[in-house]
Amino acid sequence: MENLIQLSYEVDGDDFTRAGEASANVKKSLRKLGVPPEVIRKVAIALYEGEINMVIHAEGGVIDVEISPEHVTMVLKDHGKGIADVEKAMQEGYSTAPDEVRSLGFGAGMGLPNMKKYSDEMEIDSTVGVGTTVTMTVYIP
Amino acid sequence: MTVLEMAKELHLEIISKGEAEVREIHGVYCCDLLSIVMGRAKADDAWITVMGNINAVAVAVLADVSCIVLSEGMGIDEESIAKAQEQDVCILKSDLPTFELSRKIAEFCAL
Repeated sequence: MENLIQLSYEVDGDDFTRAGEASANVKKSLRKLGVPPEVIRKVAIALYEGEINMVIHAEGGVIDVEISPEHVTMVLKDHGKGIADVEKAMQEGYSTAPDEVRSLGFGAGMGLPNMKKYSDEMEIDSTVGVGTTVTMTVYIP
Repeated sequence: MTVLEMAKELHLEIISKGEAEVREIHGVYCCDLLSIVMGRAKADDAWITVMGNINAVAVAVLADVSCIVLSEGMGIDEESIAKAQEQDVCILKSDLPTFELSRKIAEFCAL
C-alpha cells in the first residue's frame, strides 16, 4: 500500500483574502487522517505564514505538501525577489512588509520566526532576483 | 465553560455562531497583530481583538482558538462573516474595551 499523500497548491500573489486556502486544506486532510491536533496546529501555522509571505513578498508561488505516516513535508517555491539577508529575516520583529500589509495585521516580523518555531526542520534556499524555496518538515510522533 | 454560555452570560453579540455550543474556553489571548497571535495564542483560547477581517478568521481556524471576540465595538465585513460561518468559526462582539472584556471573560471562566 502506498502511504504517501501528495498535495499541490498555487498561491495567488494578488489575493490576500485567499491566502490560507492551502493551509486550511492541508489541515482538513490531516484531520481526516487522524493526525494529532498539536501536529496539525504546527503544520497549519507554519504553512499559513509561508503562504502569507508568498503573497506579500513574492507575488505568489507553488506549495507542494507530502504527507507520510512519519512526517509532513512542505516545499514553498516562489520566483519573487529573494531574501538578501536570511539571518536578518529570521530575527523576530524584522520586516520589510509594506504599510498596507501592516494595516491588515501582518508585517510584525514574525513570519519566518514562526515558521521556524512550528516546523521541526526548516531550510531556506534563496537567491536575490531569482526566488526562494523554503522546505519545512513537521514530524508525526 | 462553553463559548455560548459565556456569550450569553456576558451579553456578547453573536455574529457567527460556529461551534460555540461545543467549544470550551481554556484561556484568553489579546493581540491584534496576526503573526503574533498565530505564534502565541493557544488552542481553545478566547481571542480578543479589534482586527475584524478575513485574515483574522483564517488565523482563528489555524491557531484553533475557541472564538474571536471583537472588542471596542469593532465590526467585521460580510465576506469575513460568510467565511467564518463556512469554517465554523465563532465570532462574538462587545462594546467593552479590550482590558475590561478580557477581565470579565477571565473572571467568568474562572481562569
